[in-house]
Amino acid sequence: MSAKESAIVQFDNVGLRYGTEREVLSNISFTLFPGRFYFLTGASGAGKTSLLKLLYLAQRPSRGGMRMFGTDVITMPRDELPGFRRRMGVVFQDFRLVDHLSAFDNVALPLRVSGVRERDLAGPVNDMLDWVGLGHRADARPATLSGGEQQRVAIARAVIARPEILVADEPTGNVDPEMALKLIRLFEALNRLGTTVVVATHDYQLIRKVPESLIMRLDKGTLSDPTGALRYPPKRAPSGVEA
Amino acid sequence: MTGKPPTLGRAVDRGLAPFRGRRAASLLPRTRLGGPVPWVIAIMVALCVLAAGGALALSNLAASARGDLAGSATVQIIEADNDLRAEQARRIAGLLREDPAVTGLRMVPESEVAALLEPWLGSGEAVDAVPLPALIDLELAAEVDEDALAELETRIAAYAPSARIDSQETWLAPVLDALRTLQFMALSLIGLLAFAGVAAVWLAARNALGGNRDTIEIVHLLGGSDAQIASVFQRSILLDAIAGGLLGLVLGAGAIALLANRFAALDSGMVAAGSLSAIDWVILAMVPLFAVVIAVYTARMTVLASLRKML
Ligand SMILES: Nc1ncnc2c1ncn2[C@@H]1O[C@H](COP(=O)(O)OP(=O)(O)OP(=O)(O)O)[C@@H](O)[C@H]1O
Ligand SMILES: [Mg+2]
Repeated sequence: MSAKESAIVQFDNVGLRYGTEREVLSNISFTLFPGRFYFLTGASGAGKTSLLKLLYLAQRPSRGGMRMFGTDVITMPRDELPGFRRRMGVVFQDFRLVDHLSAFDNVALPLRVSGVRERDLAGPVNDMLDWVGLGHRADARPATLSGGEQQRVAIARAVIARPEILVADEPTGNVDPEMALKLIRLFEALNRLGTTVVVATHDYQLIRKVPESLIMRLDKGTLSDPTGALRYPPKRAPSGVEA
Repeated sequence: MTGKPPTLGRAVDRGLAPFRGRRAASLLPRTRLGGPVPWVIAIMVALCVLAAGGALALSNLAASARGDLAGSATVQIIEADNDLRAEQARRIAGLLREDPAVTGLRMVPESEVAALLEPWLGSGEAVDAVPLPALIDLELAAEVDEDALAELETRIAAYAPSARIDSQETWLAPVLDALRTLQFMALSLIGLLAFAGVAAVWLAARNALGGNRDTIEIVHLLGGSDAQIASVFQRSILLDAIAGGLLGLVLGAGAIALLANRFAALDSGMVAAGSLSAIDWVILAMVPLFAVVIAVYTARMTVLASLRKML
């Protein structure tokens, strides 16, 4: 099997500019393989969120090629995008919970969009809320939750449908170290079930907690490869890496 | 410290399944699309029902007038010499009786003709000197038209050069024209109302889209399809349109019933001829149905057009 065939995501010389500004991302080329755990690091403003937006199909690149799940997503007809988005779970940096829906309904949203029947979704949704420690807050509106609680709802929503690829933008930015670890364990559990995980963070403590992870580093809009994560076959990051 | 994460449910069916019902509707806070839309639709439907009711009544009136008069004509023979006139009338009647176009014939007695003309001529001895025309009422076969009538006229002219056939439709024509104009105006009014209704729904849908942009974007990024998102709005406008449509129907039908009642009090045959049949009422009941379909379709197209601008 060639690298191209088994890749779940492939970026080829991708560039992104917002409006007529200079490029925020330049010459981004990388390949993600199924079942692996990736961290995306980089200073604030380096372009992590921008790269993830391309990945979860919220933004079109200004140039370059992108393939996901073996399909060219640049030339793909628009009405096929929803099917692709359903194969992904996304934790947005700003959570993006639906204001007027309860925590339960927010977490249930991806299942409902995918057509899961009501009687099949209550169990999994409640289990997931319990696990992120919000079982007692299932009926709460996002506005009445703390920042960390909102983040946990956002994570529960991203993983509930067991996506093929999970994209998380600073998913532990607002929680204490203990909860951060717990959430990383959730991602690992999902990863063991076969989900490819991409987590943007600048928390190196967190990266060290996942010894088998691969690291991508963004520096002012260009991608570097300190641990050989982007080579094929990818080299495993040495545990205790200092990037 | 944590224990195992919950067993993550089996991978969900990722087909583009419909996202309907109460759950989908809960994506829109109920108050957003509501507002004036049901009232606007109610007013539009009430006015449409009224206009449609008027158009139907006019059309019934025209049909009944045409039906009464269609297939009848009058032969008029003007001749100063009484004997000659009577002779001509007799011979023409004989000829017409043979004609397949004529299905019924009645010589109008002179006394009746005098009575008919009395309002114009007055009565009295002076009038006796005025020669009266002879009249023959004809009933014509259904297929007889103006041309056939003209042809008949030339034939009877051989017996009496002064004889004329008046089709009663001829003098009814201006009345029917006026009715047709009124009907046309009623239908135009319905068209304008439908247009205004579409515009109102369009505005409301755009407003609701703007107010729910965040929600829509989230559902969109979670893999909601355009059709799913549109159906949420459709459902909301459907409920509004049904409520507005029913209210409008009640108001419009009430107004028609009231008018019918008042006109019936006039006790004129003309008015009775214009009253609405059961089928007419069924047509009026369809007005809110059309309003609902138009409203839902407009909302759908508006939402889809706006969604197409998102990636
Ligand atoms: N919508 C936008 N329009 C214009 N410029 C943008 C937009 N979004 C991001 N940028 C710019 O692109 C650059 C990269 O931003 P991005 O959000 O991707 O950084 P980041 O690595 O996620 O930062 P952080 O760690 O602070 O979240 C920044 O200079 C930012 O100002
Ligand atoms: Mg960011």
